[in-house]
Amino acid sequence: MAGPMKMRATLAGGNTAAAHTEIRVLMTHPMTTAQSGQPLHFIQNITVKLNGRTVVEAEVSQAVSRNPVFSFRLKGGAKGDKVEVSWLDNKGESSRIEGAVA
Amino acid sequence: MRGFAFLLLLTAGAALGQDAKKEIQKYQQMIAEGSPAELYELEGEALWKKPQGPNSVSLEKCDLGMGPGVLKAAYARLPRYFRDADRVMDLETRLLYCMETLQGRSRKEATQRVFGNDDRASEMEYLSAYIAAQSRGVKMAPGTAHPREKEAFELGQRLFFHRAGPWDFSCASCHGEEGKRIRMQDLPVLYKPEAARPVVATWPAYRVSNSQFKTMQWRLNDCYRQMRMPEPVFASEATNALNMFLTATGKGEPYRGPGTKR
Amino acid sequence: MNRLRRTLLGALAFMLARPFAALAAWNENAFGAKTPQDALKGLGAANPAPSKDIVIDAPQIAENGAVVPIEIVSNIPGTTSLAVVLEKNPFPLAAKFDFKEGALPYVKVNVKMAETSDVRVVASAGGRHYAATREIKVTIGGCGG
Repeated sequence: MAGPMKMRATLAGGNTAAAHTEIRVLMTHPMTTAQSGQPLHFIQNITVKLNGRTVVEAEVSQAVSRNPVFSFRLKGGAKGDKVEVSWLDNKGESSRIEGAVA
Repeated sequence: MRGFAFLLLLTAGAALGQDAKKEIQKYQQMIAEGSPAELYELEGEALWKKPQGPNSVSLEKCDLGMGPGVLKAAYARLPRYFRDADRVMDLETRLLYCMETLQGRSRKEATQRVFGNDDRASEMEYLSAYIAAQSRGVKMAPGTAHPREKEAFELGQRLFFHRAGPWDFSCASCHGEEGKRIRMQDLPVLYKPEAARPVVATWPAYRVSNSQFKTMQWRLNDCYRQMRMPEPVFASEATNALNMFLTATGKGEPYRGPGTKR
Repeated sequence: MNRLRRTLLGALAFMLARPFAALAAWNENAFGAKTPQDALKGLGAANPAPSKDIVIDAPQIAENGAVVPIEIVSNIPGTTSLAVVLEKNPFPLAAKFDFKEGALPYVKVNVKMAETSDVRVVASAGGRHYAATREIKVTIGGCGG
């Protein structure tokens, strides 16, 4: 079973044109590389959804650090917006976290 | 053997140039923003609340010095003397005490796996992350007034400067002189408050070099390993004394851990 | 948990995972490339034009190559994707981010770097590709402890 995830989604940039939603997500995953001699086990896909709609899709490799941390930004945003981040790895394991913009 | 160790220290050379220092500070700052340490805090919270041992109780009534179950600022007040155990205890030592007395667990079982690995941290490591996090922003204030606390400080100080082992090293061999470094790490002179303060304010910590969350008991254990000295017993008087010496030397610093280190 | 239950749960998990697996694309060609040029070719971005509008914020020195933090912003209008290429890594392509309507072309990611090397960020906008480069020095710190 996948380890814990943590996500924080906050509004930033005030009332200016720079207003955006800052999303930071922490994932638990070994992200083992071919070099390690262990079987490859790493996150391949990450999806970020805002209120149910996909806004970011990422393809990542074993070159991403173990227990990866990502930050994304969305245009504008409002308190209570629902953000969901999910990942899928090369073994078909997946995990997901949901939260509201604070 | 002694010659080799000395050579290592010599090649360590003078302190890093200012530019390199600044870039490394930037590195340290960037990895601290959104650190996996937070995930360990989450697991630690779950473990704190989990009933375990023959008594099938959680640690939630454990008294870390501020009263049963009070976590806010508790880490910042350790190590300190505890009357019920009649000894000075750091966080891990006190947790072990609660595991034994509250949960009814044997010392053998509770210390079976005090240091974790890549795949899974130990109970002590998860719990330390969670509890230390509850002291964020609180000034480090270990016990200093009680006679046993003063004793622990003095013992820790003596141990810090005591040379032993096949290399005739003491903690001061690496941490006792200004301007020293090992590869890219400046070595803090830990008996000086200004150097000890940022150190005590950022342990326990997630270490990116091995993707593991590590505590002070581990740090001391590993220093002894590097000095080629016998392994200190977990939660022993010696480790508590050293922890007391270091924390008291760094007192007053607002706690900002759990940290993230290279 | 008894064996039967575990097997059933495993089968269920497999079935649930499968549909997702079928939907998720992963550019094996690009990620399996062993040179930066081949990685770029695999991405369809063989000759990106240099651009000062891709901002890479990263420390010049990484105390440990296991975690190298890189923050990227593209100020090129209409940027729809950002790819991170670590020149000297055994498999240079580290990640590719596609931004849809509502997302800003920004990402912060931690990568593993085998040694000091250039980090190249490729931005795609309006079917064209642009790149910026930054060198990051990698050290192994401390006393191995």
